[in-house]
Amino acid sequence: MTRRGDIAGFSNAVAIAGVGETDYSRASGRTELMLSLEAITAALADAGVEPREVDGLMKWWVDTSTEAEVAANLGIADLAWWGEINQAGNVGGALVAHAAAAIHAGLANVIVIYRGVNGRSGRRYGRGDVTGQRGRGGGAFSEPYGLLTPQHGLAMATRRRMFETGVTSRHFGMQAVAQRVHANRNPRATFHDRPLTLEEHQASRLIVDPFHLFDCCLETDGGGALVLTSADRARQRGRPVPLIRAAAQAGPGIGSPAARIASRLFAIAGIERDDIDVIQIYDHFGPFVLFALEDYGFVADAGRLVEEGGTAFDSGRLPVNTSGGHLSEAYMQGMNHLIEATRQIRGESTAQVADVAFSFCDTGIGTGAVILERGEP
Amino acid sequence: MSSGPWQFERPPDLPVPQPAEEAEQFFAALRAGRLAIQRCTSCGALAHPPRAMCRDCQGVDFDWQTMSGRAEVYSYVVTHQAVHPALNGYTPMATVEVVLAEGPHLTTNLVDVPPDEIEIGMAVEVVFEDVGDDVVLPLFRRSHLS
Ligand SMILES: [Zn+2]
Repeated sequence: MTRRGDIAGFSNAVAIAGVGETDYSRASGRTELMLSLEAITAALADAGVEPREVDGLMKWWVDTSTEAEVAANLGIADLAWWGEINQAGNVGGALVAHAAAAIHAGLANVIVIYRGVNGRSGRRYGRGDVTGQRGRGGGAFSEPYGLLTPQHGLAMATRRRMFETGVTSRHFGMQAVAQRVHANRNPRATFHDRPLTLEEHQASRLIVDPFHLFDCCLETDGGGALVLTSADRARQRGRPVPLIRAAAQAGPGIGSPAARIASRLFAIAGIERDDIDVIQIYDHFGPFVLFALEDYGFVADAGRLVEEGGTAFDSGRLPVNTSGGHLSEAYMQGMNHLIEATRQIRGESTAQVADVAFSFCDTGIGTGAVILERGEP
Repeated sequence: MSSGPWQFERPPDLPVPQPAEEAEQFFAALRAGRLAIQRCTSCGALAHPPRAMCRDCQGVDFDWQTMSGRAEVYSYVVTHQAVHPALNGYTPMATVEVVLAEGPHLTTNLVDVPPDEIEIGMAVEVVFEDVGDDVVLPLFRRSHLS
């Protein structure tokens, strides 16, 4: 196969061989460790991999289940690679990049990326339980004035962007409705049985203005896991193979992280924005879906795109967040987006886009992103 | 409720600054009634929040430049739901990002502008709010300067 811009050696050499998740709820009734273990065993069964074959574990830095606990429960004989990435929820794509590079380098054969969290019944992100700094660090300059939770700082950025570009709350509502339609098709989704209209979005209470209730993600108890291994091994399952065509991350820097990561990611992938068939974007707050679509270079005016219904799964244009996303499926800090991006490659989504060759997944507004390609079994 | 002009009431349970070492002088200047921003003595770059090293020239020597106190509203949010316990009973409450005439951005509150009257671009100026325990915060009011 010839590729342009073949920078990352792991391109198409590593695959997401299996995915798994628990039920999503407001009160799981079990520990975060148990949620991770249930998701991991489901993902391993999906991949056709025995637990003892796992030799790599990676986790969100904020995840409370250590690799040692998980390894002990899975009966792992020789854990050869583990790690986590510092920041909050937004590290899923970066974990995929690290794991793919490690497998390609021969440091591990099967790496499981897991997330298990009681995000509603336990520590609540929306209340700053996880990210609050109690006046320390950068918090010394924001928290004393009432910026206490993730929604505060992001609402500040949203208001400025509305001022600069003319995008409106109605545009945010249109995307929220598009995602709810996807969730209404997805039995796993928290809002599977609850339709949403634009009028209901606009009438929903203000949480932190300009964010209405339905601009904010859910709070969810649940678990999810990915199994990464060589493309050759994944092909043995006899179904379309979600090959990792490209994965990259972007940390602090100058300018939009999404714009910085996009130039790297598409250069590695050797494809163009137009080649992408379906998109998942980290929607802790729905307005950021529109901002990311612009910053990644998919579209110049995301407000117009949603006015035209262009993010619906059956629009034939730029389907976005086809499981319902964080707004309407579950808030699993990007794990559910990675699972959905994988299902789109395998043709197994409940809002399946036709003939997906390339599936794009942002996992934190530019801090990490992945392009999957459908490989033949 | 008292009549008279609207006045910001600061929720008493909001965190107070616990500054890192490189930020201590920012708060010391506020106690002395000055809004001062960290300046690299090698290249003159202003930095806020303060840093250990100048990101432009990697210098580590700084002085503190007193600002004019003039600023403009850059963005703002209004908390309607008490998403954090410190905000219970104090909603709606506005938090504002201002851009100082000299360039740096600060997060702050406006002491004399009700949340529904705040606008991006509004001219404001610094006031020094003693919140107790030897902590003074830089808040802002409508500009009285021409
Ligand atoms: Zn300097």
